[in-house]
Amino acid sequence: MSEVKFSKEHEWITLEGDVATIGITKHATEMLGDIVFAELPEKGSNVEKDGTAGVVESTKAASDVYTPVSGEVVDTNQSIVDDPAKINEDPEGGAWFFKLKVKDTSELDTLMNKEEYDKFAKETSS
Amino acid sequence: MEIKKTSLNKLHQSNNAKFVEFAGYEMPIQYGKGIIEEHKFTRSNSGIFDVSHMGQLFIYGDESLTAELEKIFPLDLKNLKQNCSKYSFLMNEDAGIYDDLIITKIQEGYLIILNAACKDKDYEILSNLLGSKFKMNLDNNRSLIAIQGPKSVEILNSIINGVDQLNFMTGNWFDSDNQKLFVTRSGYTGEDGFEISISNDKAEKFVENLIEKGAQLIGLGARDTLRLEAGLCLYGHELDINKTPVEANLRWAISKSRLSNGGFIGSKKIMNQMQDGASQIRVGIKPEGRLIAREKTKIFNDTDKQIGEITSGTFGPSVNGPIAMGYVDKEFSKVDTKILLEVRGKKHPANVCALPFYKKNYVKGVN
Repeated sequence: MSEVKFSKEHEWITLEGDVATIGITKHATEMLGDIVFAELPEKGSNVEKDGTAGVVESTKAASDVYTPVSGEVVDTNQSIVDDPAKINEDPEGGAWFFKLKVKDTSELDTLMNKEEYDKFAKETSS
Repeated sequence: MEIKKTSLNKLHQSNNAKFVEFAGYEMPIQYGKGIIEEHKFTRSNSGIFDVSHMGQLFIYGDESLTAELEKIFPLDLKNLKQNCSKYSFLMNEDAGIYDDLIITKIQEGYLIILNAACKDKDYEILSNLLGSKFKMNLDNNRSLIAIQGPKSVEILNSIINGVDQLNFMTGNWFDSDNQKLFVTRSGYTGEDGFEISISNDKAEKFVENLIEKGAQLIGLGARDTLRLEAGLCLYGHELDINKTPVEANLRWAISKSRLSNGGFIGSKKIMNQMQDGASQIRVGIKPEGRLIAREKTKIFNDTDKQIGEITSGTFGPSVNGPIAMGYVDKEFSKVDTKILLEVRGKKHPANVCALPFYKKNYVKGVN
């Protein structure tokens, strides 16, 4: 499995072969607060880099979830739809959102590594 | 304009509050543990709310004041006993609501608790209506603390002995720590609880004392989910100048004895609407599944006609599901009517339902 990469929209992504797993970061969940609703893209649909690929809602507000790369949705995590609180509990592990068959793996090159993302998150939240 | 702070601001900070601006005040939206934890703690234990941004308007006078106030409010104030409170509204001639409020008859006159965003305008309207005959004081030297939830009576009574003898919607002056506190058994969470009016310089110590006894600070975020579960209106959402009490389904708050003769501001419109019904009515709404329909969500019938709009919508932590309130055309206001909510371009099924979403019994028969 590849190194974890991060987007400016606070998604994380890992790559195994040409299949990427995508979720939202711990930092994102801390900003959102208690998550009470999640909507995922449809299996078989195609999503475009930086396009909307889902929604999360906290008690306070709704936020879009974006995909950091383009591809076809091959799997979604129904367990977070059934129990959205899991996203607060394990955002960068069990509470992944969807898996993509990635069109062009070079799209990952523009994303941040962990160190860069931590710095970015710190700067943008203060 | 500089943001205003309540006398508890420092205490909020030291309790890790996240702040938002609300009605010109820097107020805590939540503390460390988050809205759901705070909500559940209030339902099971005892939550402390800083509501000092709300207006505390004292109006002093005798029977002539009562007569003047009856020209303004749709209440039977002549028969309101001293230390008893009523929920009411300040309206214009068309029965549009300037503010919703709690009015309590006190020995010296009346105490009216007003919404923070409306209090200055309310003061202006009321002073114009009452003239200079009565002394009015929108008291900025007093803080207002609410304590809500099943353990609140025990906690507060250990500090202010005797508050356990108050019935729901009554109040009284109490002596504590060498000062006079006005305590009412009331609140806006659907729980048993109290609101305490206390001078600013004593407020912080008083709240620290409550925390020591086991109560916890709760932010405006949980206050909103609590009041919505209890089916209570929030000014600026369910209520505004374009809504009447009849449309808001608050006719219970209008004294029956005032409906036959009127004589209060907005009475004509109210009496007409009571007879003919209002064209739109506030209802409770439960979306199917987990979908949350926020304020301004459009409501449709099954033939694609828009029949209303959501005014508040969130996730109810104690209901463990999405809840909302909104206005719908009268013919769709019956409980169990199927409606559709348009969220992110798609229509989702929902049902009109009875309010409140969450019911607890207020304490009525202490003495």
